[in-house]
Amino acid sequence: MRHIISVLLENEAGALSRVAGLFSARGYNIESLTVAPTEDASLSRMTIITRGSDEIIEQITKQLNKLVDVVKLVDLTEGTHIEREMMLIKIQAVGGEQRAEIQRMADIFRGRIIDATDATFTIELTGTGDKLDAFIQAMAQGAIMETVRSGVSGIARGSRSLGL
Amino acid sequence: MELNGGEIIVQFLKDEGVEYIFGYPGGAVLHIYDALFEQEEVKHILVRHEQGAGHAADGYARATGKPGVVLVTSGPGATNAVTGIATAYMDSIPMVIITGQVSTQFIGSDAFQEVDAVGITRPCVKHNFLVKDVHDLAITLKKAFYVASTGRPGPVVVDVPKNVTDPNVRVPYSYPKEISMRSYNPVVKGHPGQIKKAMDLIVSAKRPMIYTGGGVVLGNASESLTELTRQLGYPITNTLMGLGAYPATDPQFVGMLGMHGTYEANMAMHECDVLIAIGARFDDRVTGDIEKFCPDAKIVHVDIDPSSISKNVRVDVPIVGDVNVVLNDMLKELKTSGAKPDAQALKAWWSQIEQWRSKQCLRYDHTSKLIKPQYVLEKLYEITGGDAYITSDVGQHQMWAAQFYKFDKPRRWINSGGLGTMGFGLPAAIGVQLAHLDAPVACVTGEASIQMCIQELSTAMQYMLPIKVINLNNRYMGMVRQWQEFFYDSRYSHSYMDALPDFVKLAESYGHVGMRIEAPGDVEGALKEAFAMKDRLVFLDFITDQAENVYPMIQAGKGHHEMHLAPECAAPQSAERELA
Repeated sequence: MRHIISVLLENEAGALSRVAGLFSARGYNIESLTVAPTEDASLSRMTIITRGSDEIIEQITKQLNKLVDVVKLVDLTEGTHIEREMMLIKIQAVGGEQRAEIQRMADIFRGRIIDATDATFTIELTGTGDKLDAFIQAMAQGAIMETVRSGVSGIARGSRSLGL
Repeated sequence: MELNGGEIIVQFLKDEGVEYIFGYPGGAVLHIYDALFEQEEVKHILVRHEQGAGHAADGYARATGKPGVVLVTSGPGATNAVTGIATAYMDSIPMVIITGQVSTQFIGSDAFQEVDAVGITRPCVKHNFLVKDVHDLAITLKKAFYVASTGRPGPVVVDVPKNVTDPNVRVPYSYPKEISMRSYNPVVKGHPGQIKKAMDLIVSAKRPMIYTGGGVVLGNASESLTELTRQLGYPITNTLMGLGAYPATDPQFVGMLGMHGTYEANMAMHECDVLIAIGARFDDRVTGDIEKFCPDAKIVHVDIDPSSISKNVRVDVPIVGDVNVVLNDMLKELKTSGAKPDAQALKAWWSQIEQWRSKQCLRYDHTSKLIKPQYVLEKLYEITGGDAYITSDVGQHQMWAAQFYKFDKPRRWINSGGLGTMGFGLPAAIGVQLAHLDAPVACVTGEASIQMCIQELSTAMQYMLPIKVINLNNRYMGMVRQWQEFFYDSRYSHSYMDALPDFVKLAESYGHVGMRIEAPGDVEGALKEAFAMKDRLVFLDFITDQAENVYPMIQAGKGHHEMHLAPECAAPQSAERELA
């Protein structure tokens, strides 16, 4: 099962490597990991996408909680939640017809063209991983020059929140 | 008061009540060593190799319950200490390791004796710190001691760059008495509902079994465990790490369990209907094949570390908390509820256990002309009145010590259980002897293990530590040889110890007393003579039977009920003749 574990941890040097080290040392999967400071500069928020049986996920959350730098964590998949990922994608766009087609596709997927040259478009796209995958599929394969994905960020729906 | 970094470290250690630090000087810690000079309160023990510093501090911690403290230099000082740190980590031993580091401006430049100590030790510490500013030094040290000694204990590394201890930079110092960390709050009290649920299950048992581990020793919970076990009248087994938590001479004690556990302990595990696991972590050497582990049992598990619960074996009633607090709450619950175990079922269960016990699974050949290692340990037990501190290395001798020395008190049995570190015994004995200067301390070892940290004989001489080294010398890496005999068709690949030193002369060259004992009839006399020498380290080199194996044994992939018994036990008829 795919799980989204959201972790609040001390914004200290080495905290990321403690988490990454834990996953590799114990043989857990990381599909994606994002981390950045929060509105409280002393804390970082990390979102980890992982897969495993219920037993493994239970161990992952316990082992994460055991790290001294981890303040709090929640498995977002236990409740309703929203997840988003951002992608920047650079596409070859030459000729009026091709350029118009890419613009249309970007509109359909609610992407934004954030940079353009006479031969390329760079599009910013936000959504679930599936949506980003679908956009990539929709582009002519040879036309994609570069993709950069942020990894998933997640947050619980409603009034539930992960804070101090 | 204004102090420089080196002085802050020394003053902090004094304020923290640290008696000994185990260390080895080097470039990056010279400022700290200068602050240690000409002061008496914090006694520095100079080891001969940083691994020895780790094990000595570890032995001190195991014998006292107080954190052991290590001071080593950067680079090789830190890497040499890693085995000691990992050993402590696997057995949850509170330790604080101060490693020197190159000055902050050189970090990352591949400077002389630079190593990423925080990175290298990360997987084998409870936590670690790099101190970049002298202002943070005292509070970081306080955090280190706090984290190391609370919750599930463990080693904590504090990496201190040389410029942080610059003698010319003085900052205000005051001892941080209190500390709180928002991200670290170990649970102490067990959930009352779970405790009630557990006690209901426990008293309803027909075939109960209590299985306890190192957590009871670490949590100073022997008294409450003994009280609860006696009130219930249930059989109890200890893991290798838990020996001494319950008196081994008590009839309710059925011996150690696991790979080299007793027949009665392992059979009772396999047949029990309620298993009460306390401060134990279901290690693979304890459980055997998980699929065959306690097939009929409901399991109660008390542990301070939530991640220990349902890690290897799914449990029915988990209780997270300090074992001593939980055990006392269990005793209260038993008193309030007035519930009584099923006396009739218990009687039947005990008669079954006595039947298993009558196999006398630890029997060995007493008629041999060769010294049997088991015999040496039996005599060691007798001569020390069962009250010595016994450290051990790793291998056959370790298992025999665990089987044959009946520990009635906690913190008397000091061995590397989790990591299985050869070389642990002698330096650990140094730490133990320093903690208990007048107590008898013996290091049970073998000719292979002892050579891994033999240089510490020099440390023992320097501080006049009257350790008794019990070297069970069978000219083999005994446990490796045993596995090769059983599983590799007796192809003894590189397990023979060729070109051994003359241990008697070696001990003498360090200034100690050496003895070689070659006949069973001389064992007792030699031990008595050695223990009578109260101010000397005596190295007793027992030349033992090369072919002796540790029994019982559960092979990998087998269950508790599938033990391989000693030849003396496997043939019951001849065994009975021998008894008659």
